[in-house]
Amino acid sequence: MKQTPLTSKHHQLGAKMVDFAGFEMPIQYKGVLEEHRTVRSAVGIFDLCHMGEFELKGPDALGTLDKVTSNDPKLLKQGEIQYTCLTNEKGGIIDDILVYRAADSYILVVNASNTAKDYAWLKKQLLPGAQLEDLTAKTALIAVQGPKSADLAEEILDLPLHELKNYTFIEPTYSGEKILLSRTGYTGEDGFEMYVSNALAPHLWDVLMAEGEKYGIAPIGLGARDTLRLEARLPLYGNDLNEEITPLEAGLSRFVKLKKGDFIGRKALLTQKERGLEKKLVAFIMRERGIPRQGYLLNDEDGKEIGYVTSGTHSPSLNQAIGMGYVRPEQSKPGTLLEVIIRKKSLRAEVIKGRFLGLKK
Amino acid sequence: MSKKYLYTKEHEWVVVKGEIVQVGISDYAQDELGDVVFVDLPEVGDQVEEGEGFAVVESVKAVSDIYAPVSGEITAVNEALEDSPELINESPLEEGWIVEIKIDGSAQIGDLMNQQEYEEFLKEV
Repeated sequence: MKQTPLTSKHHQLGAKMVDFAGFEMPIQYKGVLEEHRTVRSAVGIFDLCHMGEFELKGPDALGTLDKVTSNDPKLLKQGEIQYTCLTNEKGGIIDDILVYRAADSYILVVNASNTAKDYAWLKKQLLPGAQLEDLTAKTALIAVQGPKSADLAEEILDLPLHELKNYTFIEPTYSGEKILLSRTGYTGEDGFEMYVSNALAPHLWDVLMAEGEKYGIAPIGLGARDTLRLEARLPLYGNDLNEEITPLEAGLSRFVKLKKGDFIGRKALLTQKERGLEKKLVAFIMRERGIPRQGYLLNDEDGKEIGYVTSGTHSPSLNQAIGMGYVRPEQSKPGTLLEVIIRKKSLRAEVIKGRFLGLKK
Repeated sequence: MSKKYLYTKEHEWVVVKGEIVQVGISDYAQDELGDVVFVDLPEVGDQVEEGEGFAVVESVKAVSDIYAPVSGEITAVNEALEDSPELINESPLEEGWIVEIKIDGSAQIGDLMNQQEYEEFLKEV
């Protein structure tokens, strides 16, 4: 298993460690529920060094990006970030990624489980005047997330970070090093992600932990990262997204620009849009006692099978079980009642509108 | 007199009280599971077979079957777990008990470990 520059910190903190995408990562420190609440009410710190980072540059960098992604990278100004999908010829999602437009290159941030696959795919698609470099091994990523994250980050970097817009980034100097700081995250809370060298990461972690103490900072493991993202209705690659699912089915049509010109998968997506979708990702809340889990089947009210669960958990904020899954479009409207098959029992669930966070029961 | 806990290899504990056994999960098991958020209990009167999964304990991330250490009839379930599943984390050996089973006349309790044997067993897990 690979380690991150912060692995020894997690051991010192008594974290439970697991193998995640080939990395030894903390699944929890004190407990998932407590960590979840820390992020919702104060600020949490995450080791995300396992995430993949690529740099794409050269005169054909933009052309390459335009060809391989579903969103329109031509809309990006320097300092802006775009959420987008790498799609295959069938319109299926190879990965969902972030694209950062820097001064003279693009930084792509990809899912840890897909780093090698994405790199190989992008290498194959590169236009002649574009170069791709995998920065993953030398890049550390630390996130701070929660309502106190702006106060904390501002204090440490001595910059007016409350003014930094969502989905933008800056490249300030910290401890003699140019770092990259973006207002992004995967929790549904305000927050920042800091890309630094491996050498700087342990120091930055210590400073954030020490300065964050007065705000109630705590380290957050992958367990709470999952409950946080699910409450915010953010899809997870491997659960809710894969190569057989298109961004249109996954509810990501905002990030598909069919009019931007040709890109890999466009034809298939156009056809799918014309013919109509066969399945759609929905979010649902359990109306009977039971926790939906990935792979459980979904029935309509008459007991006919109409889909399957892709993510499910107990929502610490709502104190209720929640899930996401694919169903036929007829059953995707908010308010529709579904049945989740849990250990041979049919338990009622209701499709919701928007995210779980802030939902009125 | 203190209760005598016996353990299964699946990390359930058993306390024998005459023809009734009380069943829960060990401290090690609750710690491995993490925050317990749901317990799927059987009904009083259900018949269970030794080795059969008869209840489910779920943490945020994991789903764990609880296996019957002996064949018999469920005579009590810990209803407090419905609203307070965290009792399994807070008090796995006392307030977090899960069910009581009345042993079938002919049934024998399987091969269980005593406290010391279980602690040895945990070192090898």
